[in-house]
Amino acid sequence: MKEYFALIFTGGKSLIVGMMITLREFFRPIVTVQYPRETLPVSPNFRGHTILIRDEEKEFKHRCISCKMCQRECPSGCIDLAGEKREGVKGMVLVKYHLDFTKCSLCGTCVEVCPTDALDFSDEYRHVGFTREEFHYDLLAKVEEKE
Amino acid sequence: MTFLPPELLRILVTVVCAIVIVFGNAVVMGYLERKFAGRFQRRPGPMEVGFHGILQLAVDGVKLVGKQLVIPRHADPVLYRIAPIISFAPSIMPMLVIPFSPKLQGRDFDVGLIFILAVVSLNVLAILIAGWSSNNKYSLLGAMRSVAQNVAYEIPMLLTLMSVILVTGTFSLRGIVEAQTNGIWFVFIMPVAFIIFFAATLAETNRAPFDLPEAESELTAGFMTEFSGMGFSLFFMAEYTYMFIACSLTVILFLGGWQGPPLPFAEYSSALWFFLKVYVLLILMIWIRWTFPRVRFDQLLNFCWKYLVPFALVHLMITAVVLKL
Repeated sequence: MKEYFALIFTGGKSLIVGMMITLREFFRPIVTVQYPRETLPVSPNFRGHTILIRDEEKEFKHRCISCKMCQRECPSGCIDLAGEKREGVKGMVLVKYHLDFTKCSLCGTCVEVCPTDALDFSDEYRHVGFTREEFHYDLLAKVEEKE
Repeated sequence: MTFLPPELLRILVTVVCAIVIVFGNAVVMGYLERKFAGRFQRRPGPMEVGFHGILQLAVDGVKLVGKQLVIPRHADPVLYRIAPIISFAPSIMPMLVIPFSPKLQGRDFDVGLIFILAVVSLNVLAILIAGWSSNNKYSLLGAMRSVAQNVAYEIPMLLTLMSVILVTGTFSLRGIVEAQTNGIWFVFIMPVAFIIFFAATLAETNRAPFDLPEAESELTAGFMTEFSGMGFSLFFMAEYTYMFIACSLTVILFLGGWQGPPLPFAEYSSALWFFLKVYVLLILMIWIRWTFPRVRFDQLLNFCWKYLVPFALVHLMITAVVLKL
């Protein structure tokens, strides 16, 4: 008989404790992020597709010297770049830098191997497209349009 | 308005108001439930449709109306179709006798309380029909659980009602409210009866933590599993309406009905106090739902037969003795 009433007491108490916990949570701030309108900051370690770093001091706004080291080192063979010699310009001028992001495994070898540190990972994570060609990025065009 | 006899007009207005309350309550409760559920889990709840998702329920309603009523191949076609109607239709009738304020009451029955209990208990039949006719094991299990639960919990509920009736000496809901004048609400005189009654109504309306008939994790949706479109939403609205009725009864029996600090035009506007109390109780129900886990079936019946029924009986005896002295 004693246990019977003890159970009522402890049970009732635990119910009230539980209610207080949910009440406390009720008044604490919301933790979910309303995604399309709010976004979380991207971690600096995040690896998006590679980009040419924009450098205002250089003549062509990037540091690439068309040495093709990245193209040679790329294990997936997803980089296609070309440079040409121009009158009055020292060294090669980059005329094409295509990245096939459908093949890229984001290993970062190109970023590491670049002698002029011209490449870096972007923080772009929203890739949407209906055809695979939409993931063939023209990095040269991207660095030019970034003004 | 000479072409309408006043009595007919009164009936029309009452019925229209009752239906408005039923649908309005379903919309408000649907919104409150989702918003509160979100807040308890530190989410914002519906946010997309309208300001803070106010129009979400309207959109959901349109969606449900537009959906096809799928009937399972071996389901009983007649019973399957009428089950949601049997569940929903009686939920409007108690609105006719609930006294919202001294003058806002459809009819003051001498047996108003018994009328409400009789009409509301039809819902069990509807759930049984729904579970049986769906030809689905989950539906049938949910329906059987619902019947067992409702039969068990009706006993403590009625026993606590007896205590109140012994004090007031009337079954008329208006009479019960008027017996609690000057702030002497029955919740202060018999708090135990209030707690037993509220716990029993939670089980009667199949609300969590007693929502075994529709236990999502075991029975998908219980007796509602096979229902789609308006069939489902009629059950849904009926559930919210029965919650509203249960809370209204609690307010009338224990919390002094429409009574509260005086308002201008108190004969009508004191309905505000009534609705305020009812919605506080409904929010309490939501709070309970999002706090406690579902009880096991043996725990459910143990709680009723071992705790609620003995306490209600003892309470009834004590009330009778005190009144006789």
